[in-house]
Amino acid sequence: MCNVVEMENVSVSFDRQSVLQDVNLSIDKDEFLAIIGPNGGGKSTLLKVILGLIKADQGRISVFGKKPGDPSNPIGYLPQYVSFDPDFPINVFDTVLSGRYHGLFKNYSDDDREKVVNALEEVGMLKMRHRQMSRLSGGQKQRVFIARAIVRDPKLLLLDEPMASIDPKMQESFYELLAQFRKRMAIVLVSHDVGAVSTHVESIACLNQKLYYHGSVEESAEGLEKVYECPIGYISHGLPHRILKDH
Amino acid sequence: MAGILTYSFMQNAFLAAVLVSVACGVVGTYVVIKRIVFISGGISHAAFGGIGMGYFLGVNPIMAAIPFSIVSALIMGITSKKAKISEDTAIGILWSLGMAIGIIFINLTPGYVPDLMSYLFGSILTVPFNDILIMLVLDIAIIIMVLLFNREFMGISFDEEFSQIMGMHTTTIYLILLSLVALSVVVMIKVVGVILVIALLTIPAAIAKQYTYRLGRMMTLAVVLGMILTTCGLYLSYLFNLASGATIVIVLGLGFLFSTLIQKIIE
Repeated sequence: MCNVVEMENVSVSFDRQSVLQDVNLSIDKDEFLAIIGPNGGGKSTLLKVILGLIKADQGRISVFGKKPGDPSNPIGYLPQYVSFDPDFPINVFDTVLSGRYHGLFKNYSDDDREKVVNALEEVGMLKMRHRQMSRLSGGQKQRVFIARAIVRDPKLLLLDEPMASIDPKMQESFYELLAQFRKRMAIVLVSHDVGAVSTHVESIACLNQKLYYHGSVEESAEGLEKVYECPIGYISHGLPHRILKDH
Repeated sequence: MAGILTYSFMQNAFLAAVLVSVACGVVGTYVVIKRIVFISGGISHAAFGGIGMGYFLGVNPIMAAIPFSIVSALIMGITSKKAKISEDTAIGILWSLGMAIGIIFINLTPGYVPDLMSYLFGSILTVPFNDILIMLVLDIAIIIMVLLFNREFMGISFDEEFSQIMGMHTTTIYLILLSLVALSVVVMIKVVGVILVIALLTIPAAIAKQYTYRLGRMMTLAVVLGMILTTCGLYLSYLFNLASGATIVIVLGLGFLFSTLIQKIIE
């Protein structure tokens, strides 16, 4: 099975509003894919369908050959927002540890704790492992949630608008982190900000209820035009990609 | 102080205060961190329906309150997930509906209805030993449930979406938590009464939250604070001959105020 995700003719609507229309998408196990498109275009919904949080109204989906939402699927997820009480009593270590949840009545093991240490080290938050979550800055919280996403050694990492709470100057180090993860898992990154998607990304999918394009970055211009419904002037190489309107 | 403990009703009262503190410290911690104070208020008022039903059927009202409040809790929890009614609305409706059902049952009960006021406003001084045993059993059940499901309760309190992805049946876990609230409410009814239960559920845990962010410590602190403040309130009500439930709640409120001021001074 080379494809970790297979979606055929998937449609989702909420309250008779169509959110995803007839989406066909395959994600390869080595892919580094950016899904871009305007806000409200269904990008978060697409991730949630893969995760099994939302059921598709039509179409077939298989994730690692199984149904989406199967807890044995090795998927890591970084949500767009995690809102919690400003004073919530949990620290960094326990937040990441919850990513190793095994099910009812099963305790966390020493192996679990070791994996948490490794994950925290990889994102550079090990020193703060006893700090209360609400005492962290936005960027630090984001890193803890990334550690939580990768702590169970996923084969597919889903990131929903990860750049939204990261400083522009932190973005490059974030992409370096992704480049590390890249070696052992497929990555799907969702963003509404085309300009922020860097050269590390290999393929792009353009989504605005319908999937307009899925392929290499170089050939994506036409797809992007359809998605954003405005002429795209040119795409240049560089960090990050810059896309300018016709002017 | 030791003198009053020679009275067996006082011994029962202090035992009741201790048992109540365990329930409200442990379950109250989740109520405060998951911010389900409103639904807990709804459950406690709806429980009065069970009290009335108990009178009508001629059984111990506390025993009837147990299934009635659990069912109310489940209805409040399920409606927001399954129906297009917001949880807020469901709570508001069941809050008063439960009380009204209780009042009607009491109306329909022939003859004199003893101890009615004690269920509304508490009467820790008239807690019979049988009720103490029921409270002990409920406390043990609550502790066992929390030990078994702590990971899950934390999961749905902190990040429900992530917990669902990790394979937790979050709706079921939420309903189990609400059932624990229902059981705690029944434990507390005789001590402070249906109307004031919410104070016991929230204040000790809210004070504890100001001092620690480790959940285990927060629960322990909430239980200890609950014991200290309820026994203080009980003693003061004895000294000044005031309603015991209300005095306990005033002591709790003052305790919270005092603690908040200390926190502000520390900053």
